[in-house]
Order: sequence, then C-alpha cells, then structure tokens
Amino acid sequence: MSINATLIGQMIWFALFIWITMKYVWPPLNKAMADRQQLIADGLAAGERGKHDLELAAKRSADTIREAKEKAAAIMTEADKRGMQIIEEAKAASRGEAEKVYAGKMAELEQDVERARSALRDRVAELAVAGAEKILRREVNAAAHADMLAGLKQEL
Amino acid sequence: MASGETITTSGYIAHHLTNFKVGSGFWTFHLDTLIVSGALGLIVFGSMAVLASKASSGVPRGWQNFFEMVLGFVNQQVKDTYHGNSPIVAPLAITIFVWVFIMNAMDLIPVDFLPIVAQQVGAAAGADPHHVYFKVVATTDPNLTFAMSITVFLIMIWMNFQVKGIGGFMHEIFTVPFGPKLAPVNLLFRIVEDIAKPISLSLRLFGNMYAGEMVFILIALLGVWQLPLALPWALFHILIITLQAFVFMMLTIVYMSMASESH
Repeated sequence: MSINATLIGQMIWFALFIWITMKYVWPPLNKAMADRQQLIADGLAAGERGKHDLELAAKRSADTIREAKEKAAAIMTEADKRGMQIIEEAKAASRGEAEKVYAGKMAELEQDVERARSALRDRVAELAVAGAEKILRREVNAAAHADMLAGLKQEL
Repeated sequence: MASGETITTSGYIAHHLTNFKVGSGFWTFHLDTLIVSGALGLIVFGSMAVLASKASSGVPRGWQNFFEMVLGFVNQQVKDTYHGNSPIVAPLAITIFVWVFIMNAMDLIPVDFLPIVAQQVGAAAGADPHHVYFKVVATTDPNLTFAMSITVFLIMIWMNFQVKGIGGFMHEIFTVPFGPKLAPVNLLFRIVEDIAKPISLSLRLFGNMYAGEMVFILIALLGVWQLPLALPWALFHILIITLQAFVFMMLTIVYMSMASESH
C-alpha cells in the first residue's frame, strides 16, 4: 500500500461525481418524487373529501325524505279534515234543502187541504142548503136565509 | 492462472495485488484504479443523469423505479440523521453509496477474468504479459479510499465554517468538551477526533475490501475446490459490499450532521 498521486486523481473523480449528482441527478429525481408525493396526497385528500361529500349528501337526502314524509302526513291530515268538513257541509246543505223541499211540499199540502176543505165546506153548505131547501121549500125563501147561510159558512 | 507456466502461489497473489502503475515516486498513478473507478462512475452517474432528465412524476417505470428506490433509501437516512439544510449532503451521500457499491461489486467478477483480458490487451500492444497488472477492485486501493475520506473531511471542515462561522468554530474547538480553562487540551482532543474520522473511514473500507479480495484470490488457488467455495463466499460478500457502502455513507452523514450542529 503506497499513497501517491493517484489520490489526487481520485479526489478529482470523486468531486466530479458529487457535482454530477448534485446538479443533474438529485434535483430532478427529488422533484419527481416530491411531485408524485404531492399528487398522491392530493388524490387521497380528494378521496377523503368525496367520502365526506357522500356522507353529507346521504344525510341531506335522509333529511329531505323525512321532511317529505312529514309534509305528506300533514297533507293527509289536512285532506282528511277537509273531507270531513266537506261531508259535514254537504250534509248540512242537503239537510237544509230537504227541509226546504219538505216545507214547500208541506205548504202545498196545506194549501191543497185548505182548498179541499173550502171546497168541502162549499159542498157541505150547498148540501145543507139543498137539504134545507128541500125541507123548507114550501115556507122559506132562499134569498131570505142567504145571510144566515154565509154566517154559517164562516163558522165552519 | 490459466497459462501453464511456472508460477508460484505467492507470485500469483502478488501479481493480483499489484497495481497497473505509471510514473515514479510520488507521481505514480495507479491507472487501473483511476480507469475502473472513473469508468464505473461515468457509466452509473451518467446514466442516472440521463434518466433523471427524463424523470416523470407519474408512475415510475424500470430503471427510474430502481434509482428512485435507492435514492429514496439514501435520502431517508439523510433526513433521519442530518437536520441542517445544506443542499450538498444528500447528493454527497448518494454519490458515496452508489459509487462505493458499484466499485465493491467488481469483486464479484471472477478474480482472473479482467486481469487476463488486460494481459491479452497488453500482449497485443507488445508488452510482456507477465508484467501487465490490473487490479479490478478500486476500493482495495488506499489511494481511492483516502481520496474519498479526505474529500469528505474537507467538506466537513468547510461546513463547520459555513454553519458556525469562524468565531463559532474556533469557540467550539477551544471550549468543548472541558471549557475555556483547558483550551489546549480541548484543541488536542479536537484534532485527534477530527483526524481519526477520515482515517477510520478510509481504512475500514480498504481493509474490508482488501480482505475480501484476498479470500477470493486464495479460493481461486484451490484448483477444482474453488467451485463450491467461490459461490458461498460471493453470496456472503454481497452483504459486505452493501454494508461497507452503507457504512461509508452513513458515517459521512453523521460527520456532516456533527459539523452543522452546535454543541
């Protein structure tokens, strides 16, 4: 083993290779690796964010469904109530109508009864007068007893 | 060795442990170390640079995936240990880990393969093939390991000044760990501590790889018995290759971290 000028040559080689590594090898490769690391980190972060978004969306959709159900239930109740109300109204209206018809018919009936009664009264008076005429033909003048007969008719 | 000439065992070993030299005295260059480490570094870091320029932040494929895995692993170690923000630490750790690993891995090529190729080339070029040496594993050359550890040491000193300033660094040198009254002792401790760092760093790598290579050479001397022995040792050596690269890188990160933190 002898130390000689080879040492100087080797130091030059070593310095050259350090310089090559420092200038042309390490920075680009390090940059490529750092960029890739950043890329992967970004991808993972995006994935995480996507998952988070999905969770939020699921929560929101559940909320929406619940709200819709509540609204539907409210609408159903409202509709039921409204239906009952309509039925009630219809009942009330039909009852009123029926009463009106009933009253109309009743009045008509009463009129008919009245009319029949007055006709009957006339007829009874006529019959009475005819009977009386027959009985009293000989002695009573019809005109003389007309007042009395009219009074009698009023009483019936 | 393949050629059936009279070669002694010690001659074979010595042949394998001799560098391909040019020059003399201090100005000797181990061309095999320089060529192997330089070529491997250029191939690996060149292809990494080409790949990095085309790197996409989409799904990584093929080699990009592999290099990102390695770089991610090294960067994790840096992040866990070093809490400063100097842009040099992560590239430094990556360079050390990848380069040391690939140079250590040359140990897994059969010990005679590349030296024989070198001998053929040498013979074709007109040299005596017995005097063509080629040491393939560059990390078994202390020149390389010391070059790396001294570079790390210089960066460490520079980072000390950078982070703490001259005043802060001097204050730390003279007052830690015994307080200002024992300033000379503190300075002595600090010098021993800091000198020990590059020496332990380089000798550890050199020693491990030298010993591993030596075992491969000894196994290669066993004739037919090398076949059942070389494989288990190679498998075990994969662990050492990786571990030494990791230890060199890790200690460098720790030293950088110590240099940039106030006590």
